[in-house]
Amino acid sequence: MDLTIQHFIALAPLLITSATIVVVMLAIAWRRNHSQTFLLTVAGLNLALLSIYPALKVAPLVVTPLLQIDNFACLYMAIILASTLACVTLAHAYLGEGKAGYPGNREELYLLILMAAAGGLVLVAAQHLASLFIGLELLSVPTYGLIAYAFFNKRSLEGGIKYMVLSAAGSAFLLFGMALLYAEAGTLSFDGIGKVLAATGLPSPIASIGLAMMVVGLAFKLSLVPFHLWTPDVYEGAPAPVAAFLATASKVAVFAVLLRLFQISPVASSGVMHDVLAVIAVASILIGNLLAVLQTNLKRVLGYSSIAHFGYLMIALVASNGMAVEAVGVYLVTYVLTSLGAFGVITLMSSPYSGRDADALFEYRGLFWRRPYLTAVMTVMMLSLAGIPLTAGFIGKFYIIATGVESHLWWLIGSLVIGSAIGVFYYLRVMVTLYLAEPKLHRHDAPFNWAQRTGGVMLLVVAILTFVLGVYPQPLLDLVHHAGLQLVG
Amino acid sequence: MILPWLILIPFIGGLLCWLGERFGPTLPRWIALLTMSLELALGLWVWSTGNFSYAPAPGVDPTWAIEFKHLWIARFGISVHLALDGLSLLMILLTGLLGVLSVLCSWKEIQRHVGFFHLNLMWILGGVVGVFLAIDLFMFFFFWEMMLVPMYFLIALWGHSSADGKKTRIYAATKFFIFTQASGLIMLVAILGLVLVNFNNTGVITFDYSQLLKAKLSAGTEYILMLGFFIAFAVKLPVVPFHSWLPDAHAQAPTAGSVDLAGILLKTAAYGLLRFALPLFPNASAEFAPIAMTLGLIGIFYGAFLAFAQTDIKRLIAFSSVSHMGFVLIGIYSGSQQALQGVVVQMLAHGLSAAALFILSGQLYERLHTRDMREMGGLWSRIAYLPAISLFFAAASLGLPGTGNFVGEFLILLGSFVATPWISAIATSGLVFGSVYSLIMIHRAYFGPSKSDEVLKGMDGRELIMVLGLAVLLVLLGVVPQPILDTSAATMHGVQQWLGTAFTQLASAR
Repeated sequence: MDLTIQHFIALAPLLITSATIVVVMLAIAWRRNHSQTFLLTVAGLNLALLSIYPALKVAPLVVTPLLQIDNFACLYMAIILASTLACVTLAHAYLGEGKAGYPGNREELYLLILMAAAGGLVLVAAQHLASLFIGLELLSVPTYGLIAYAFFNKRSLEGGIKYMVLSAAGSAFLLFGMALLYAEAGTLSFDGIGKVLAATGLPSPIASIGLAMMVVGLAFKLSLVPFHLWTPDVYEGAPAPVAAFLATASKVAVFAVLLRLFQISPVASSGVMHDVLAVIAVASILIGNLLAVLQTNLKRVLGYSSIAHFGYLMIALVASNGMAVEAVGVYLVTYVLTSLGAFGVITLMSSPYSGRDADALFEYRGLFWRRPYLTAVMTVMMLSLAGIPLTAGFIGKFYIIATGVESHLWWLIGSLVIGSAIGVFYYLRVMVTLYLAEPKLHRHDAPFNWAQRTGGVMLLVVAILTFVLGVYPQPLLDLVHHAGLQLVG
Repeated sequence: MILPWLILIPFIGGLLCWLGERFGPTLPRWIALLTMSLELALGLWVWSTGNFSYAPAPGVDPTWAIEFKHLWIARFGISVHLALDGLSLLMILLTGLLGVLSVLCSWKEIQRHVGFFHLNLMWILGGVVGVFLAIDLFMFFFFWEMMLVPMYFLIALWGHSSADGKKTRIYAATKFFIFTQASGLIMLVAILGLVLVNFNNTGVITFDYSQLLKAKLSAGTEYILMLGFFIAFAVKLPVVPFHSWLPDAHAQAPTAGSVDLAGILLKTAAYGLLRFALPLFPNASAEFAPIAMTLGLIGIFYGAFLAFAQTDIKRLIAFSSVSHMGFVLIGIYSGSQQALQGVVVQMLAHGLSAAALFILSGQLYERLHTRDMREMGGLWSRIAYLPAISLFFAAASLGLPGTGNFVGEFLILLGSFVATPWISAIATSGLVFGSVYSLIMIHRAYFGPSKSDEVLKGMDGRELIMVLGLAVLLVLLGVVPQPILDTSAATMHGVQQWLGTAFTQLASAR
């Protein structure tokens, strides 16, 4: 097919991000400078974010059989780029300036994060199993490096290796599943697979096994139960800004492609697959929440809580009709905001890098009386994760329940109610710790001027957005409403 | 425009309290006092000017004394829809009054982080006012959940752990939060079910009370949705199998927290039943009424027995609330105008008397540093005024004629006797147990051998004004309840019509 200027405009976010990667790489080769690398990265990401606007004008547009740029892809590209931007600013605070801070080379972190973001952009626009795989690997491989970035810390290295091994296993499952599906359908495009499967009514055994294996592969990345075993260790080991990236951009991209796959070929999620997905959802909600109760490490708590949150999202995926796509969009936006906020606070508490992150719960005792505004941010985030009104999390949860009720998924709704009752327990425990009497000595604290730095400003913006969207969600709902999937290929 | 201000004033006042803390610990107290006085004054002004013959009734579009509507979330047809009728006004007056009292009663008790304490206190009250005014179901739920957070903080940060150290304040606060939040989610599911059923019938997605009143539900759906609402309200009221959070929360909460919890938060549940559960699901409610009334009966006796067995004075009062709310539940589901009017009086009277008892036990705690009645005894001779005043409120709590509690309980029993004589008769015997636990409380705490001869500090002006003011109001309510009854008459008539029609249909169907 011919590539016209239109196609390039549609692809602009991806192209600009890729160009930024090259520029940053050359800049590092030319002169190692932390601030310069950071500024280049931020500039590139901002440009990419801005280029979504012209891309929207030409959408929907099929660019090669691999990619489709439509409103849906644009929304998720925006989420990925914005959350990458947030993670980058956090990383800048985390790595520190001058002598204080991270002792090794600081610049490559930006390079890796940019590559992973590019992978995410490919993934959300994928409409072909090949681009799905390319995007997924481009997202995952730099992430191994990111998690183990603080390699002289045992846990970080352990997390990196663990993620690499399990992620590779997940990819193997995914590839095998694709092969089986190809054997059955004879095509790799989502559309084609959907048509072939629909023609035969229910998917044949081979296609079912293929789909199941693909779901296993993707569930690894989304850390859904029973493929969640890596999550807490990796979240704990990874440097805080990287954990933020893992929880937000990486998961959003994978979930978006899963949603597109099941929307374009609805037969894929019918029959046995429907039950399997429902069981995964219930298990993720219950097990994620239950295990989080036992944790005393904040990053592990957030790790388990993210398992539970993706369990809630699976409810919308199982429903797969009516408001489902919209619900996923709203929920992901609120979840990304909240996770960024929560990890942001952890990052700022651990900034600049000093060997170990401030992630033990006791280190947060009485934070309110020392850093009231930072604590207010964390409180809003915990309430938002618990889905209490006045925060964005409530709107997300409201949508998910509405979707579940609309599709009469009573078992899933029941487990959501139980799950969030358990969830409240540990979110409240984190929250009340912040307000308890101060201990005598404390190792870590955010610098006093945290709010004047880029990371701090970003965090305040996230907190204000979480609050405002909780009170007045209409703009977000409009935005997501327009970003529905057009099913015509 | 007055309705949004009624909600906003406490929220803004709370923020000012927090900001005012840097100028010393006294300023937040004054700001809070001023805020709640303003709220109360606004309420009284509305009472004197409003026409409370407007209230929702079956068959016609609901009419209100004052209404405010502004689009909020267009996607779901959600609007900021506030409305006020006699019932909600009375509840707001109670909120304002107890708000003032809870600021006053924590004047000396709370010394740590005064600004943040008052922020939480004001936000609870703001949330409660929101619950009493919201008639958009989404908005109602919004406030219903929102007020939990500051209440959680109030108990968790300024509460007292139990004497034996087994139950910490954080345990109590978390239990309170989880019980109410989980039951609230069930209500959210029911709300969404109702909205979607209505959407499937009419093609309009709306959370508006007046629209949803017209929703046509099949009998089975109506019953299930009604149960969803009932569970949420039953936890908050509390109805007996769901009550276990209440004694813990009360015992561990600071005085102001207990006052708000017993005085106002429990009333939001009764209000929810009267405003939403009965009018939205009249037929299912009529069918469910015998079960609800039986639960009420169980509550009366269970609460009374357990109150008798307590050694912690605040737990005793907490269980007495369970018992009193049993009467409220019976009154609500009796379907008689008289009993419903009795429910309103009982709610107000219980709000006043329970608040006074909690304030008094808070004052005892400030002097003795214990709430354990085994450590008390013989206090009558050691503290000036306080024992006598306690005796008055204990007598009010057992339903002595001349106090509001008597009027409330009498009307409830009289009204429900017509339709359900047996339940009414059994409930009446519950009053005997009420006397037993009230008097035993007085006996244990104030009579008997004295532990020490040291004379404790008498009550100062602030403490006296609070409880004497409540005593005067309680007597007024007992002697001239007519203005209150007039104010709530139209609302209760509407509720009675909904339930009455459903009862007749149910009777003819059988």
